[in-house]
Amino acid sequence: MLNNDYIKQRLTEKFGEQVTNFEEPFEMLTFEAPKEINLKVLQFLYDDEGLQFRFLTDLQAVHYPDNTGRELAVVYHLHNLQANVRIRFKVYTSISTPDVYSATALYSAANWMERETYDFYGVNFVGHPNLKRILNVEEMDYFPMRKEFPLEDQTRIDKDDDMFGRGKSY
Amino acid sequence: MSDLTHHKNIRLPEGSIEKTTTTLNLGPTHPATHGVFQNILELDGERILSSESTVGYIHRAFEKLAERRPLYQITTLTDRLNYCSSPINNMGWHLTCEKLLGVRTPKRVDYLRVIVMELARISDHLICNSIVGVDTGAFTGFLYVMQYRELIYEIYEEICGSRLTTNMGRIGGFERDFTPAAFEKLEKFLAEYPKVLKEFEKLFTRNRIFMERLIGAGPISAERALNYGFTGPNLRAAGVDYDVRVHTPYSSYEDFEFNVPVGTTGDCYDRFLVRNQEMWQSLSIIEQAYKKVQAFKGTEHDVYHADSPEYYLPPKGDVYTKMEALIYHFKIVMGEIDIPKGELYVPVEGGNGELGYYLISDGGRTPYRLHFRRPCFIYYQAFEEITKGSMLSDAIIVLSSLNLIAGEMDA
Repeated sequence: MLNNDYIKQRLTEKFGEQVTNFEEPFEMLTFEAPKEINLKVLQFLYDDEGLQFRFLTDLQAVHYPDNTGRELAVVYHLHNLQANVRIRFKVYTSISTPDVYSATALYSAANWMERETYDFYGVNFVGHPNLKRILNVEEMDYFPMRKEFPLEDQTRIDKDDDMFGRGKSY
Repeated sequence: MSDLTHHKNIRLPEGSIEKTTTTLNLGPTHPATHGVFQNILELDGERILSSESTVGYIHRAFEKLAERRPLYQITTLTDRLNYCSSPINNMGWHLTCEKLLGVRTPKRVDYLRVIVMELARISDHLICNSIVGVDTGAFTGFLYVMQYRELIYEIYEEICGSRLTTNMGRIGGFERDFTPAAFEKLEKFLAEYPKVLKEFEKLFTRNRIFMERLIGAGPISAERALNYGFTGPNLRAAGVDYDVRVHTPYSSYEDFEFNVPVGTTGDCYDRFLVRNQEMWQSLSIIEQAYKKVQAFKGTEHDVYHADSPEYYLPPKGDVYTKMEALIYHFKIVMGEIDIPKGELYVPVEGGNGELGYYLISDGGRTPYRLHFRRPCFIYYQAFEEITKGSMLSDAIIVLSSLNLIAGEMDA
């Protein structure tokens, strides 16, 4: 029976102290590993007879600017379709050297997902066959989903912009 | 072909090698793409050697916008993902919020949502399948079913006031109860649509020309489909019976009896058949749900939202007369309610497959991070592989039978 405790036990047997931060928010097993072994963990989850997490549901990044040295988190959502169990796997990387190994060899689906993650967060997926921007224009020279680019404050009054409901006449 | 002498009017520089393949831009605005995205095809005669897709023409930065909006304002962003079945996106978002906030919806709300979501699935599939017909040169079917999409939109209109980008429902339920007219129109739909769908199937399913065009076009094996992250009808056409409604039931889908149709080869014809069968299943689900809705007695009979004053707007009359209602109204509208900390992923079965919401809240008033898993964006990657070596005209049907919605791809 594939459950969170079993997955946790198998991972600890295989990787020991390297897999950390086991949590179960809303019953989904979430854990973390160093970015150097992300492919080893994914491969193990894919191949292991008892685990067989062969469906990459989603892949994206999260930016934590205050988390010095671990600013960017790359999050993988994996799914074992037969046992219908989902897990979430995270690797953290610093924003100065955002290199993470690409999972494209394991999952064809990771190709565009990684391009999207690169496009918005600047995570450099090492080994990706075609790592270029996908949704934004190619000339863009920053990564817009990072937290240092806040959306405009709706309450600002220094703009004279009557058409949008702010400015001197309001 | 490398003999240049027959080009009387073209003078190539010395030592040039003549290109023997053709580059063709299919899109960004081509009738066959049904949306704004581009495929650069390399053709040898009419055969496709390779292709490269460019998406992002209508990227609207929803994920970034969502980071500054309170939860209820994000519903309008989800409308614009898969705009052929926007109520499913709306309901999926409400379900995500409700899970995070711990709001429990009454059964009647769940069933009403099921009715709306299945109507949306029908309108999504019937557009996709009739467009497959249009792209193969059979326009009639499209016109037959179009008036029933119109009827579905009229039902939306009765429920929430809008038709395409619906912004339907609220966190905890619906903004108002379904009107009697909505139920009347639903009954009309249930009575008339089966005949039209049957007629539509009669026109296409065993039509020799249609079959010849679709069978074997753009096939994908179950293994490759899974590796490419296919979900929804496209995955089921390849023979994998994965359906979020069955695997992770939401909105009380476990109370309904329905089958999950699957195909075998994953080609355009199987995708067409799977979608048609799913429409029959959706009809049956709507009938069951409508019966359940009618069966409610007493106070349960007109419940249309959960009892959660912190997140559900109070009735307008109370806002004018009661202090508490006024306070909640103000707090909700101004987005001044902190959402609990949490991290969750909620999938629903959208028109095209698993539509997922990955929400991280740090305890502020807006999401810290919101990611939409858009099925279209993920499976469109396979387009190059499944059209390689096929004819150009097959690629056109593959585009329409994959049901690519530019809004969903670009978010």
